[in-house]
Amino acid sequence: MQELLLIAVGAALVNNVTLSQFLGICPFLGVSKKVETATSMGLAVLFVITLASLICSLIYDHILVPMGLEYLQTIVFILVIAGLVQFVEMFLKKSMPGLYTALGVYLPLITTNCAVLGAALTNVQEGYGLVESVVNGVGISCGFLLAISLMAGVREKIAENEGIPKSFQGSPIVLVTAGLMAIAFCGFSGLI
Amino acid sequence: MKNKYIERIYNGIIKENPTFVIMLGMCPTLATTTSATNGFGMGIATTAVLIFSNLLIAALRNIIPDKVRIPAYIVVIASLVTIVELLMQAYVRPLYNTLGIYIPLIVVNCIIMGRAEAYAAKHPALLSACDGIGMGLGFTCALTIIGFCRELIGSGSVFGYQIIPDDFHVGIFIMAPGAFLVLACLTAIQNKLKAPSATNFSKEEKAKKKLAGEPAGCTGECQSCMLHAEEIVDKKIELKKADCQKFETAKNEEGGNR
Repeated sequence: MQELLLIAVGAALVNNVTLSQFLGICPFLGVSKKVETATSMGLAVLFVITLASLICSLIYDHILVPMGLEYLQTIVFILVIAGLVQFVEMFLKKSMPGLYTALGVYLPLITTNCAVLGAALTNVQEGYGLVESVVNGVGISCGFLLAISLMAGVREKIAENEGIPKSFQGSPIVLVTAGLMAIAFCGFSGLI
Repeated sequence: MKNKYIERIYNGIIKENPTFVIMLGMCPTLATTTSATNGFGMGIATTAVLIFSNLLIAALRNIIPDKVRIPAYIVVIASLVTIVELLMQAYVRPLYNTLGIYIPLIVVNCIIMGRAEAYAAKHPALLSACDGIGMGLGFTCALTIIGFCRELIGSGSVFGYQIIPDDFHVGIFIMAPGAFLVLACLTAIQNKLKAPSATNFSKEEKAKKKLAGEPAGCTGECQSCMLHAEEIVDKKIELKKADCQKFETAKNEEGGNR
């Protein structure tokens, strides 16, 4: 139990997926203008990463390892994730239109989000079992949700460009913000 | 510049530099540039994948059905990445160990998918390969420059040779925050010089370019590209809301009929 907690906290705060591993930077910079959109994106990622960690871990342990095909992991994982996202989208559309309107639009954008594949690959690299993989996936995506929501909160405040030098307006100031947030997240490194 | 093959290479390195101008593939750009050597290695690995993926996809462009093109591209790219990964594991072990998880993550690098979709799917194989060389070299240059800045300030060395004594290192630049700060400063310099970049285009210019069929930064076709994600998302939300409403009214009508 304690071990699982350590994995989750480590993935969410200490090795934050965006601010110290640089995975999922694209949505982090691209979809963080409004808190509402950012949070929905984060929730969609949470959903997909958890599912993908579960399924990729199952496939790796029960199909790839017994057949000695570990070197195919990249191809298999990316296809599984792409298929999974499509499937989840169709499933939500049919059975939960409410949730679909809230998260559905972000799903296609997630297929090639490196955080998802990154989570699956980390699980394999660290040799996590099924439960640990899922916990790690949840931790990683909670870290992403936290980072992107905080980022959107800051960006809403600096949206007017008041007092920002002209050449720093636009993406440079966003990167500076991300840098400062990354410094803050460095503070968590003593946690474990 | 007369030769169209050389034009493609020039275009990739200078005019449409994937990192500085189009701002694609940010994850490896930030993650693997702790030193100039690492940045260079990552750039070369990506270039190799990019050249062959462009070549193969362009060669197969008339065979792949339009509807399944994205999964087909993903399979081609993933296979190439696996090959590169295995080759690196065999021949450049130290680099393989430092880059670690970021090598398989070349699969989800937006540049590769973006070029496949925006260029290779519509042009002949050799020209596409040249486009891959150009884009790849542009990416490699950008990564090496960022890595050079971070290495120089953070650990006081150039390509591994120490030139600044230990006491004057600013360690934070080789840690995570430094990546963001260096890239922010480089983009700001670019803005100051009014160099073309995805963020420097005005909306009218973008629309004009789109009409003319030229890529203004990103074409918005690549799913993973987040440059115009906000616009795409807003548009999609409206579309899907209408879709769901239709679905629900249909459901209600069905219920009423029963």
